[in-house]
Amino acid sequence: MLSSFKLWILTCLLVVHEWALAEAVISAISKLAEREKFRRLDEVVLGVGELQQIDLQIFKLALDQLKVPKFEGLRFRIRVEAAELKCRACGKSWSFDREMLEEDVREMIHFIPEISHAYLKCPRCGSPDFEILKGRGVWIREIKGEKLG
Amino acid sequence: MSDPRIHIIEDRLSSIKSVVAVSSGKGGVGKSLIASTSALILAKKGRKVGLLDLDFTNPSTHVILGAESAMPIEDRGIIPPKIHGVEYLSIIYYSRDKPAPLRGEDASNILLEILSITRWSRLDHLIIDMPPGIGDAFLDIIRFIKRMKFLIVTTSSKLAFETIRKLIILLLDLGMPIIGLIENMKISETPSIREYMKDYPVRFLGEIPLDLKLEEALGDVEKLLKTRFAVKLEEIIETLMRRGLI
Repeated sequence: MLSSFKLWILTCLLVVHEWALAEAVISAISKLAEREKFRRLDEVVLGVGELQQIDLQIFKLALDQLKVPKFEGLRFRIRVEAAELKCRACGKSWSFDREMLEEDVREMIHFIPEISHAYLKCPRCGSPDFEILKGRGVWIREIKGEKLG
Repeated sequence: MSDPRIHIIEDRLSSIKSVVAVSSGKGGVGKSLIASTSALILAKKGRKVGLLDLDFTNPSTHVILGAESAMPIEDRGIIPPKIHGVEYLSIIYYSRDKPAPLRGEDASNILLEILSITRWSRLDHLIIDMPPGIGDAFLDIIRFIKRMKFLIVTTSSKLAFETIRKLIILLLDLGMPIIGLIENMKISETPSIREYMKDYPVRFLGEIPLDLKLEEALGDVEKLLKTRFAVKLEEIIETLMRRGLI
């Protein structure tokens, strides 16, 4: 029987966008493990860009909930990569500061990080033409485990 | 350094029977109108339909559908709102009325994010309004959505056809199935496009005359479906349905 706290957490998990990304990670790991002939997975290190503004606790819980029985002992480590932006017009580099943004704009960027091009501008020259040098997306950095044979 | 979002796209689209990409090498030929109106016509005929606007830098299907006020729901990803019986998603829900100046890598990442987090229901058709041209965005869509069939739109102009010709050659080289070609906004009786198409292994689906009343119907779906444009498009879609091509 699930405790009311666990039920509450599960309900939260079911409504968030982190769940969809966790599903993508589990699907990718299953395919990679099969391709690379892993008998057992011990640890997966994930990279998450700061622009995604993922709630790490919820993301980790979603990963644990979605984990297939075959990967029972698998642990996840998540490393957040700070976002670095660079203006293509004047060359100015700056970092992403979510606290400077309105709540609804943070939400839009949370769902689609590159939509930041509609909302952010170079702090020096005001151009919206900037490059996201670092800190976007979700990626698998490392997989540790035991291979067959 | 593998991006896990790529691996879930097939699963996300697995509940969809057919994915139709409405494409034109050139902008301004009525591609978005044909994509949106086709989705409405199919929904009117009882099909379960989705419409996905992937023209990120110039989205316009929301104006055609009058869909600005709806919002996707967050539920283990995002659930597209239903607009006039069509499940609908556009970047406009996130960029709102602001321009989104996107370069190739940015557009690729948006595409990945949208395809990996959007949860469509069980659909008969997902109609995609493709970006014009055959650049990064177009090629990435083909890379990520493997099982698309193309509906190509041109005008009667030689200039439009010159670009369409290249699009057709590219799609054939890539082995992508092509449903056929529609000649839109026809203003004279010249059979030139029908004639040009004889050199290509692609069906000529029909001509839609230029409809000057169409502009007044934008944003008003009932009015739109009564225009000469929509009536002619419906005839083409009925033929495609009868022949099992869509």
